[in-house]
Amino acid sequence: MKSLADLEEIRENTKFQLNLRHESPDNIQIRVGLASCGIAAGAREVLNKFVDEIAKKNLENVTVTTMGCIGLCSDEPVAEVETQNGEKTTYIKLTPEKVVRIVDEHIAGNKPVAEYTLGSKA
Amino acid sequence: MYRSNVLVCGGTGCTSSSSGEIIKALEKEIKARGLENEVEVVKTGCFGLCALGPIMIVYPEGSFYSMVKVEDIPEIVEEHLLKGRIVKRLLYQETVDGDNIKSLNETPFYAKQRRTALRNCGVINPEKIDEYIAMDGYKALAKALTEMTPEQVIEEIKASGLRGRGGGGFPTGVKWSFAAAQPKGQKYVCCNADEGDPGAFMDRSILEGDPHTVLEAMAIAGYAIGSNQGYIYVRAEYPIAVERLQIAIDQAHEYGLLGENIFGTDFSFDVQLRLGAGAFVCGEETALMTSIEGNRGEPRPRPPFPAVKGLFGKPTILNNVETYANICQIILNGAEWFSSMGTEKSKGTKVFALGGKINHTGLVEVPMGTTLREIVEEIGGGVPGGKKFKAAQTGGPSGGCIPAEHLDIPIDYDNLISIGSMMGSGGLIVMDETTCMVDIAKFFLEFTVDESCGKCTPCRIGTKRLLEMLEKITEGNATMEDIDKMEELCYYIKENALCGLGQTAPNPVLSTLHFFRDEYIAHVKDKKCPAGVCKSLLQYSIDPDKCRGCTACARVCPNGAISGKVKEPHAIDTAKCIKCGACMEKCKFGAISKG
Repeated sequence: MKSLADLEEIRENTKFQLNLRHESPDNIQIRVGLASCGIAAGAREVLNKFVDEIAKKNLENVTVTTMGCIGLCSDEPVAEVETQNGEKTTYIKLTPEKVVRIVDEHIAGNKPVAEYTLGSKA
Repeated sequence: MYRSNVLVCGGTGCTSSSSGEIIKALEKEIKARGLENEVEVVKTGCFGLCALGPIMIVYPEGSFYSMVKVEDIPEIVEEHLLKGRIVKRLLYQETVDGDNIKSLNETPFYAKQRRTALRNCGVINPEKIDEYIAMDGYKALAKALTEMTPEQVIEEIKASGLRGRGGGGFPTGVKWSFAAAQPKGQKYVCCNADEGDPGAFMDRSILEGDPHTVLEAMAIAGYAIGSNQGYIYVRAEYPIAVERLQIAIDQAHEYGLLGENIFGTDFSFDVQLRLGAGAFVCGEETALMTSIEGNRGEPRPRPPFPAVKGLFGKPTILNNVETYANICQIILNGAEWFSSMGTEKSKGTKVFALGGKINHTGLVEVPMGTTLREIVEEIGGGVPGGKKFKAAQTGGPSGGCIPAEHLDIPIDYDNLISIGSMMGSGGLIVMDETTCMVDIAKFFLEFTVDESCGKCTPCRIGTKRLLEMLEKITEGNATMEDIDKMEELCYYIKENALCGLGQTAPNPVLSTLHFFRDEYIAHVKDKKCPAGVCKSLLQYSIDPDKCRGCTACARVCPNGAISGKVKEPHAIDTAKCIKCGACMEKCKFGAISKG
């Protein structure tokens, strides 16, 4: 016998997975480069880390998707974060550990992690 | 946590074009690439764009792949799912705009739709109750049981203005209030899923894509009228719908969302399936209930109405699948939300099954009041082959046709009746200039003659005589007097038949007579079929000036009716010609014409 609380729990647990099934142009977009260069450098681990971290923190207004090669092969894995106001940040040489900080500070906290960005190279 | 979901349509249309094999191939390929923990394959209900099936959507990108073949799967998995590169050449081309990919909601097919009854079709896996619950499933039942009295539920449905989607258009809340007003005791909640109109597949798609919404709504109805037992009368010819309904019932039981003391309240409710054997008359409410009782599916006179004396002689409400599919949304979002859609007297949305001579054959849901032109030309993509729209047939064998001059009529219950058609359950068959309206009327009469149960004379004999008159016309043997007699018989049957089947059977004749009388007259007076359909009235002939004597027609004629020497004009022996049209198709010089 399910109570109202049980129902709510199932809803919460499953809802997150179903959030994937809408087009959500107003979400924060995270695009991970998944071309051969990216995959070779470990982009899939990075991609999955983004997905897991966002699920763990229950961040609903974020879409994690993939993109092709943007030409920075030597800096892979690369990811772009585009916030709701259209600001784009390009992160380079990502690792799963860096992803944890980016999700924490940039996605949840709205403060880009400057030292991981393409700009930090200059 | 999956990073991507691949939704594949598992409705009847896409299943028949082997979406099952596509799912298997996808799963195999995903596993081979080691993506099984990253990408989930979900079998959903109908997306609506059946003409382009099998259909597959990849999220989060929202890439809409159409007419997918098993051979395409390795490329989609490697390129899109593994490397993040969308396979543009396989996308639904309306979503491709140069280098950009448009959202599905910007395409003409989806832009004007408002999917309410179909909200979960093509979104969730209908065989997983958790996914239904995630889309606020069973929340409406919880709200009704814990926050509302049965009277408040009925008032909410009344206030929403919801009318029966099976075709009759009777206000649903009023129907419920009649049954609720009966003394306490055994009452029943029935669902009419005996969708029988040729070309209609709205209810089937809802049952296949979102079966729980019907169960939940029936439980709400049970609470409202004081019933603990529901029956779904569904066609045995809908195997996927039957299977998913049974899975849904079992899952709901397992979770305690059907059964005893739902949500710990003293409300108990159960639902059982009853399979219909496919008789059209069993879609009529009294015949349907007679059939559930285990008797031959025949109607009986009303009153007493089912709300007073229905199934097993007890107060019963009977609603159509699509009607139920709106109930939970009304309870959750409120009557005002629902009545903000639609026209003054027809609230909400309506699902239509588009078929016939139209580019986007499929399932669409639009707000009431959308014009036929918007549905046919914008959403439906118009008539194929550059042909001209002639008429749309709504309401199946009980309905009528809407000619081109009424294309701009906003579709709702009352407008359709005012022009001699009816909403019906939502089948919408588009006809172009090559359709003969007398022939169409004949087609529907053949159907009703077949399906008449034979209980009452006006229907049993009347429709048969009506069909004979139509045959006489299409064979060129009728007089103008026959048309008058036929019209008289139509009104006689309408007034005297026992049930809805007979009372509406003459509608296809009356409405084609009303809008296309000149075509009937051409058949009778000129012995011509203007659309070139009725074989008895056709004459094929060869224009000697255009004929080059290539002999192609003579060789293809199955009856040896064409003669002539090589490089000399040929001729057709009309006595031998069986009017198959093979010669006309074969002729490269346009020398053969019919008329």
